[in-house]
Amino acid sequence: MIRARQLGKRFGEKRVLRGVDLEVETGGFALVTGPNGSGKTTLLRICTGLALPSEGELELGVSRSRIGYLAHEPLVYRELSALENLDLYGRLYRVPERRERIGMLLERFGLWDVRHERVASYSRGMTQRLALCRVLLHDPALLVLDEPYTALDTAGADLLDAQLAELRGGRTFLVSTHDPERLAALATGRLALA
Amino acid sequence: MTYLRDIGALTRKDLLLELRARDTLPAMLLFVVSTFVVFHFALPARSSQLAASGLLWVAIVFTALLGLGRAFVPEREQHVLDGLVLTPCDRSAIWLSKSLATLTFLVAAEVVALPAFALFFHGLNAATVGGVVLADLGICAVGTFLGAMAVATRARDLLLPLIFLPLAIPIVIGGVGASVVGSPARYLGFLALYDGLFALVCWASFEYVVTE
Repeated sequence: MIRARQLGKRFGEKRVLRGVDLEVETGGFALVTGPNGSGKTTLLRICTGLALPSEGELELGVSRSRIGYLAHEPLVYRELSALENLDLYGRLYRVPERRERIGMLLERFGLWDVRHERVASYSRGMTQRLALCRVLLHDPALLVLDEPYTALDTAGADLLDAQLAELRGGRTFLVSTHDPERLAALATGRLALA
Repeated sequence: MTYLRDIGALTRKDLLLELRARDTLPAMLLFVVSTFVVFHFALPARSSQLAASGLLWVAIVFTALLGLGRAFVPEREQHVLDGLVLTPCDRSAIWLSKSLATLTFLVAAEVVALPAFALFFHGLNAATVGGVVLADLGICAVGTFLGAMAVATRARDLLLPLIFLPLAIPIVIGGVGASVVGSPARYLGFLALYDGLFALVCWASFEYVVTE
């Protein structure tokens, strides 16, 4: 699914990634760890196609429409409601039976009761839950999750654990985290960036 | 058909955002009317009709610039452009929908501005109104494209006017020409050619603006 050879990335004079090799088979669950500034987010952005590597090769066995990307930011509009945000993404991803799927996700992530409220009024944890709904909306084959537990409370984190375990079959995961032990049971590989 | 549906969904989203936030259209309206009021008192009483026609185009270009500067603010604040770029929709649909939304705001501002101009200065002829419509298309097509480029930079507020105004000069030439000459067809044709050419370039190359 993902095969990277000697990936490198520079921003001007600053080198962010150097000589990264990564191989994740279909159905694999790869963890990316490392301290702040080690290039985890840059590597994940390269793997989604949002950034291009300055050097090295990347083979991605999936089209961009089958990627679900959870970024540091929720990638939703603050002035729209959860329902309106997911409806927009659902239309753009051509999700079949869009309304039913949106309803199911909002219910599952505990946002159904606030679905008509603007995202600007949500707490950081609720916004992260909405971001997870957005990521899962189009049933992606490759999930690229950048520190997915950020801002989630205990209940939210437990819910995410359950979701990841449930989604595990058949899907490929690339997850950056500062807490690799939490996902150790699911992981099939680990890349430590320095 | 899916392309048109994508444009519809994205344009609807932009109009909804403006309806909620109300921070672009009111500013454009206030700016353009204030500009006419200032010019009305600043110009000598016996100023020529030609000078007033020029002022109309100055006001339109700078009012549009105000709207264009706000066009990608919602995407910038939450990095939503990354989310849109990852969807399977054609990236040009993002540009086209944003251009349509900005065009809607500009036309709405002009619905108030043109009668105000007629009130403060002199009446408008059909060629001027036709010129304004054609100029709006070019302004929104080019300005939205440049707005997407500028939003990715740190000096975005400074950069947009610097790169937009030189490209707006042909629009001003065409617009003023259509407003003041006896047979405006040549100038209107020039504006239509500008619109078609630049819209095609922006449509074809927008993908490279939103991706690395």
